[in-house]
Amino acid sequence: MPAGTAAVAGVPPLARPAPARWRGWLGRLAPHLVLWPPLLVSVLHVVSFTAYTTWISFTPSTLLPEYDWVGVQNYVSVLNSRNWKIAYSNLVIYGCGFVLLTTALGLLLAVLIDQRIRAENLFRTIFLYPMAVSFVVTGTVWAWLLNPGIGIQHLVRGFGWAGFRFDWLVDREMAIYTIVIAGAWQASGFAMALFLAGIRSVDADLYRAAQIDGAGPWRIYRRVVLPCIGPIFIAVLVILLQFAIKTFDLVRALTGGGPGLATQLPTLVVYDLMFQRGLLGRGAAAAVMLLLSLLVVLLPYFAYARWRKRREARHG
Amino acid sequence: MAEAKAAALAPGARNPLGRGVVYAVLAVFAVFYLAPLVVVVLNSVRTAQDIGATSVIGWPRELAFDNFSRAWGSYCIAQTCAGIAPYMWNSFLLVVPATIISTLLGALNGYSVALWRFRGDNWVFGLVTLGVFLPEQMKLIPWVLVLRELGLTNSISGLVLIHVVQGISFTTLFCRNYYVAIPAELLKAARIDGAGYFRIFWRIVLPLSPPILIVTVIWQFTHIWNEFLYGVTFTSGPQQPVTAALIALSVSVSEAPQYGVQSAAVLLAALPTLLVYLFGGKYFLRGLTAGAVK
Repeated sequence: MPAGTAAVAGVPPLARPAPARWRGWLGRLAPHLVLWPPLLVSVLHVVSFTAYTTWISFTPSTLLPEYDWVGVQNYVSVLNSRNWKIAYSNLVIYGCGFVLLTTALGLLLAVLIDQRIRAENLFRTIFLYPMAVSFVVTGTVWAWLLNPGIGIQHLVRGFGWAGFRFDWLVDREMAIYTIVIAGAWQASGFAMALFLAGIRSVDADLYRAAQIDGAGPWRIYRRVVLPCIGPIFIAVLVILLQFAIKTFDLVRALTGGGPGLATQLPTLVVYDLMFQRGLLGRGAAAAVMLLLSLLVVLLPYFAYARWRKRREARHG
Repeated sequence: MAEAKAAALAPGARNPLGRGVVYAVLAVFAVFYLAPLVVVVLNSVRTAQDIGATSVIGWPRELAFDNFSRAWGSYCIAQTCAGIAPYMWNSFLLVVPATIISTLLGALNGYSVALWRFRGDNWVFGLVTLGVFLPEQMKLIPWVLVLRELGLTNSISGLVLIHVVQGISFTTLFCRNYYVAIPAELLKAARIDGAGYFRIFWRIVLPLSPPILIVTVIWQFTHIWNEFLYGVTFTSGPQQPVTAALIALSVSVSEAPQYGVQSAAVLLAALPTLLVYLFGGKYFLRGLTAGAVK
């Protein structure tokens, strides 16, 4: 946070010569000319784009926008399409798997790193670097590793274990879990960083009290640390869940949604409807439903965050 | 206090066996996290025959550094055979102006909302930050129309515009949350001295800003460089940024895989953000945490 007065003590005095009257008038107007355009652009693009896409979702638009009203017809046909149903059930499997695996890995790594180890920075750097890399890169590389013909399966068989099988990438039942693996690989370092920040902010007196009471490390983590980082736990879950809902690049690069529809996700359906099948109305309806899914996750979280803030304010 | 905490934080310190297990588990995980990177680095200097005869996981038999020159300058993506160099160039032309402009506007916005208070400023800020978690899919159709109206279809300038407008949501959020901590008395004093909007920004706010500006620039750079959906939706062929070109590359070589050249291309495309991460890790993490709702 800014160092406040200390940092600006060296700044020269701000007085300026008395301006002419017109300069005073211009001086009052100019800030508004600079202040408002960027603010308005950011506000208007959010509001008007959301409103426009929602409107399009109620029209029969195909390749080009049309503005006749067709009610919820697009929603009905998207909801009834096999594509959407499969994509949504995939999202549920992937979302749960990704969130659980990433949270578990992140928490485990954070606890391990918290053991006053040597080379802490090195380990943190290693665990977090995937977040700096594009999902396209991650997806491409994991596609090679998981490809049974050239990747891990091929390697292990080459060692002489001829019956070894690890062909999830081309297995309709298991392909969705390859996305879980690659996603968790990319995001768990981030979960680790958040958990670690939480663990480190737990009051030292609590530790000491627990240690004096004779609690072992496992007990201290379970009884003292975990309850203290409850809010961070919830934040991590929410962040990861909305990561999962928004996943697009990773699947596009790793499986392209296949084999068949085995790894199709709602974000891919939206893209497919809008730009490959030229069904803007239905694509917009799918996008609106994507937004609603996100709100189901985010709105309760914001309400919870507000409630916590108020409670904290009340308890000083 | 700090020492007491450090002592309390080391439950395994007096337990050599426990520490051994901790290091062993960490090492195993480190291998798992590094494996994909190591595989790409090794493959980038392996020949196609070498990889074809064994697997993508293996030690190079001979070093084929020409993978890099081919990936950079002569490999065929779709119909053009100029390697990824033009696409890397596109990404740079996109990421540099978009990062600079969105950061500057975000700083101005953050300053306006946090310090130059006006009626309804909290509402405006709330709406601006809504843009942070609005899914991209909600903005695709409107952007198609806006780009067409402005004559920016299939152009890097179009992508710059998109990333500036979208980026303002993030940069405003970052800067506003940083600027609210500047004490109000400071500004009041400056205003009494006759300083206006610009002078206060230039003389007081900006000199305090470097930490948050670094975070913002790193976040915007990484984010825009790695972005894929807009690139693939709004540009095609030689206008694409490098992430979109990588997908086109993996599609176009699916008949005769060239994993060596592809690995070199992937590595080159990942390099700018990896370097930013290695040299600005602390700021990278700070931005990541602040922009997490994305």
